[in-house]
Amino acid sequence: MRIAVLSGKGGTGKTTVSASLALSLGNYQYVDSDVEEPNGGIFLNPKITDILPVNVKVPAVDENKCTGCGICSKTCQFNAIAVIKGMVLLFSEICHHCGACIIACPEVALYEIEKTIGVIEKNEDATFMQGKLNIGEPISIPIIQKLKDEMNPHIPIIIDCPPGASCNVVESIEGCDYCILVTEPTPFGLHDLKIAVKLVEKMGIPFGVVINKSSKDSKIIHKFCDKNKIDILLEIPFSRDIAEAYSKGRLPVHENAEWKEKFRAMYEKIKRGVNK
Amino acid sequence: MKQIAFVSGKGGTGKSTLVSSLSILVKDKMIADCDVEAPNLHIILKGNILNKEDYYGAKGAIIDLSKCVECGQCRETCRFKAISEEFNVIRLKCEGCGACTLVCPKDAIRLENVKTGETYVSNTDRGTYSYALLDIGAEGSGKLVTEVRKKVNEYKDNEKWILIDGTPGIGCVVIASITGADAVVAVSEPTKSGISDLQRVLGVAEHFQLPSFVCINKYDLNLEVTNEIEKYCKDRNIPVIGKIPFDPSIIKALQDFKTPIEAGNTRITEEITNIWSTLEKEMAKIGQF
Amino acid sequence: MKICISSTGSSMDSTLDPRFGRAVYFIIADTETMEYESIENTAALSGGGAGVTSGQLMADKGVSAVITGSVGPNAMNVLKAAEIDVYRGLPTTVKENIAKFKEGSLEKIDSPGPSHSGMGGQR
Repeated sequence: MRIAVLSGKGGTGKTTVSASLALSLGNYQYVDSDVEEPNGGIFLNPKITDILPVNVKVPAVDENKCTGCGICSKTCQFNAIAVIKGMVLLFSEICHHCGACIIACPEVALYEIEKTIGVIEKNEDATFMQGKLNIGEPISIPIIQKLKDEMNPHIPIIIDCPPGASCNVVESIEGCDYCILVTEPTPFGLHDLKIAVKLVEKMGIPFGVVINKSSKDSKIIHKFCDKNKIDILLEIPFSRDIAEAYSKGRLPVHENAEWKEKFRAMYEKIKRGVNK
Repeated sequence: MKQIAFVSGKGGTGKSTLVSSLSILVKDKMIADCDVEAPNLHIILKGNILNKEDYYGAKGAIIDLSKCVECGQCRETCRFKAISEEFNVIRLKCEGCGACTLVCPKDAIRLENVKTGETYVSNTDRGTYSYALLDIGAEGSGKLVTEVRKKVNEYKDNEKWILIDGTPGIGCVVIASITGADAVVAVSEPTKSGISDLQRVLGVAEHFQLPSFVCINKYDLNLEVTNEIEKYCKDRNIPVIGKIPFDPSIIKALQDFKTPIEAGNTRITEEITNIWSTLEKEMAKIGQF
Repeated sequence: MKICISSTGSSMDSTLDPRFGRAVYFIIADTETMEYESIENTAALSGGGAGVTSGQLMADKGVSAVITGSVGPNAMNVLKAAEIDVYRGLPTTVKENIAKFKEGSLEKIDSPGPSHSGMGGQR
């Protein structure tokens, strides 16, 4: 069972929900695929023992073979190659590692070398994994793919996704059995929820909603979910206590066993729904 | 004209709340919502749309199935697994690199521009406002951010400021949000991840040699971390230009589509007014004026 | 001598664009005859690598010098490889910048400014 936790934007409580769910289950693999800002470790306190580099292939030139024809430069859709005075200049920071230049070179003068763009970190029993993108690198997908390759299919997997609805989210949720969409009851939250709903519907993944910072005053999310027949899985109330505890790296499940029960019940509900 | 970019290491720190409040308090400005992956300000800033354009933000492969002999070479070549068993291009995965077009023996594949969203410029009672709405699953590229900023520049009418609501994170989109700006204001919160998030985004600003300022939101939730943030900034000579207290009424006001300013929250209004005047002073100090 | 000025518009009276890779136009002019060609910079809106492409364009056009505001590290590498000199232009018209260049009063730039500095306009 692979569950992805996502939200239209950051800061809605994605990590709160994923980490709480993980802690409530006991047996789990938690995967933080928000490689630009991995945060889950703060609540789960894993001891990182394994660090695997994530490499991509970037071109290099064999100057003995290169004739300086410039075809590679014209082929590259990402402007990562210039050919000046018969010399190939390669800019690996802009490179998308697609390999088109290698195919295009008529002299077979380009070959590929490995370049590290980030890492995957794991704790000893791999119940925790996170990806980290190096600063200045433009593309996170290879790191997310590597995380997926390293997942343990035998236990429940909880993926804490990057915010938004970009290709990084698409990559993270692809292959998941269920998506939990986290939102908050404000016009901003609703707007972002609608985007997340469209995305998971487009990808054909079953989903439900968790309302974070919920209050009695605002039923804006309930109305939307009722109208569109979307399951509301859980509500986490807006309270200063929870916000304060959060700022210290404590989750509601740390403070109160009742919350563990609620998250476990949510998991069972999801599991029943998926197996049906 | 000075461009001030508001950024945060991660979302939810109150960046948009700050920018939307400043949209009332700061006169003589334009606004660019560069948080293109989750644009929010347009929900609050209602106005007449002056300009709407389709945005072709990506190139994508198109397979002419009448020419395709299903040899599978394109699928083998594609590093992004963007070609399906049925030889359709999976739009959400295609990077538009063109590698498939090079290997197709039947010349059945070509690259075309693909629409990925729309850009808008609207005329609001708080000034000209530029934003973009992305199609689902489309990537909010640096290019689109650049486009949003270019659009607002096209409607420039001697305004003194452009307020840029930047993207959270540290990737390419963030870089596009802050480059060419005159200063960066990093909005932070005193959570456990707050400092590391802040460090990362300040790292990007430093990399591009931009003057940075820090604003701590919900500072009273954890005074210990707030102190740590202040010390971190002090050691690096980054001015902390404001501290906003945790106040549930901010969220309540938001539920009625109101900024804390409109909701008449004097304490918060005062603090945000202070943030802006401190920023103006600091900008003068570093010789930007 | 063939030189290129990054420009906000397509004529000699347009203002210098302080960005190189993401300049709106390039004006390529002959300093003797003052004949010129204006090229719209299609790289200005590319997702990345605008500096590389613009540098390549300069090399392909065979210019000897570029007048602009700031050049990012990637573009600087390309221009250096192409042995094209870079000069810091003044915030005035293209024509005037050419005149100043001919006088020899423009400052030569040897080190790159921050990359991406042109993405999205300046001052």
